[in-house]
Amino acid sequence: MTKKLLMLLAGAALVGNGGMAGLPAPAGNASISGKVTYTGTPPKMKPIDMSKEPSCAKQHATPVMTENVATGAGDTLEYVVVYISAGDSDSAAPTAAVRYDQKGCQYLPHVLPMQVGQNLQIYNDDQTSHNIHPLAKVNPEWNKSQPAGSPAIDTKYDKPEFIPVKCNIHPWMHGYFVVLNTSHYSVTGQDGAFSLKGLPAGKYTVTAWQEQYGSQSQDVTVGAGESKAINFTFKALPY
Amino acid sequence: MTIKNLFVVFALGFAGLFVAGATSSFAQSHVNSPDPSLGTPNVATETSHIGNLTGHAEEGKHLYRRYCIGCHGPDGDGDGMNAQWIDPKPRDFTQATFKCRSTPTGTLPLDQDLYNAITRGFVNSNMPSWNPLTPQQRADLVAFIKTWSPRWAKEQPGTALQIPPETPVTIDSILHGRELFQKMECWKCHGPAGHGDGPSAATLTDSKDNPIRPYNFSTGTRFKCGETNQDVYRIFMTGVDGTPMPSFADVIKPADAWDLVHFLRTLQDMDTKEAELWKTYVAAHRADIKPIGPDAAGGQ
Repeated sequence: MTKKLLMLLAGAALVGNGGMAGLPAPAGNASISGKVTYTGTPPKMKPIDMSKEPSCAKQHATPVMTENVATGAGDTLEYVVVYISAGDSDSAAPTAAVRYDQKGCQYLPHVLPMQVGQNLQIYNDDQTSHNIHPLAKVNPEWNKSQPAGSPAIDTKYDKPEFIPVKCNIHPWMHGYFVVLNTSHYSVTGQDGAFSLKGLPAGKYTVTAWQEQYGSQSQDVTVGAGESKAINFTFKALPY
Repeated sequence: MTIKNLFVVFALGFAGLFVAGATSSFAQSHVNSPDPSLGTPNVATETSHIGNLTGHAEEGKHLYRRYCIGCHGPDGDGDGMNAQWIDPKPRDFTQATFKCRSTPTGTLPLDQDLYNAITRGFVNSNMPSWNPLTPQQRADLVAFIKTWSPRWAKEQPGTALQIPPETPVTIDSILHGRELFQKMECWKCHGPAGHGDGPSAATLTDSKDNPIRPYNFSTGTRFKCGETNQDVYRIFMTGVDGTPMPSFADVIKPADAWDLVHFLRTLQDMDTKEAELWKTYVAAHRADIKPIGPDAAGGQ
């Protein structure tokens, strides 16, 4: 009897889970991981001249390089967002905010993934004013001044979108907000590696997005606890 | 060739010209409907409310075809036949991003804001004042403009900025405004003397990557979004969306904002109380005035 009651309760909890927001998606233990590389010749990243903003220039011993096609040893691609674009059950945004910094007249991180509805906090750590101007098209476009010492800007996005971010005062500053419908995403480091963990068994579409070369997708099926390896290769153009 | 034949040739020629003219204007005589899957407001039911006027999108659609389509285009995306010759470019209504708002940056404007923009026109652009249209016609146009973006079906306009009563114009107010002009780094784009020639001016682009110039205070009397002190207050507090001009609403306190308005007036070549006070002050205190810009004490 007690056992039956427990099972009933567990069943009720499961039903409740399905319809409630704010709870994490059903956890699994399958994973998809791999590497993002390029073929061809990527453009040369150029040193950024920050002499017009001495307070930033002096923070960098060597010039900061542009980051639109950042590469690593072994023809790897950095700052590629790899995420589940189909097959993932809707996962509510986590309560933890993501943090975006303006430091040394650079955006840190260069590419910031977040979930739809997740809080985003934007900080100005510099001794100069920045205007933070995310050029959204699907979401509302706004543009705010954030002088040195201002409190963080708290915001969020309601729809998935790849949003270029710029500072009009310092035209070399470029970054991306990547607003996703999934909690399963990964940004490649200099080694080009990505890993999507905690997936329930199922059939997924995995998409890799690079700011200059766009998106490509692969369909992957994983069983419970299975680890699958897939790789992405972008065709690099020198311009 | 007889005189009569010649006449026939001419007549045919004129007829041909007429047909050609009619065809080319026909190319943009039809207003397209947005893709219904976008969820844009219904033209048959969308309205606007300006004071006690109610504008109707269905009426506005006919007016749009007559007065607006040439620049703003049959799809409302700012790509009309004339657009290629125009700088700054006509507004793209499908983005629902508007320059002159009383509402916070990133939010939809009030109907009244759009009505004011149509009525006022935009100085230094090809958008004339549509004051010759009746208030009802302008209200109808506002209603129709809102049928181009799904945002108008899903979102409410932002809450209008509250502007407190103007503080007295004093030299202290102007001097404090000048400190803000330095501290907020307005000069980075607008230049130390407000001539639109700051260090970042040359690289500015709007949100569609077209080059854009910061306002040069010395050239004229009018701003894009109005000409009164209240308008100036509103412009820098809510920002000019779609351009590099950000909103300062989160970082300038209301009382301080009036000080900045008073200082900005001294940058214009106009007979204002602000300019008079400033000239008198400069004549007496020239040596005490620190320059604005990167070399100013307290600057970076």
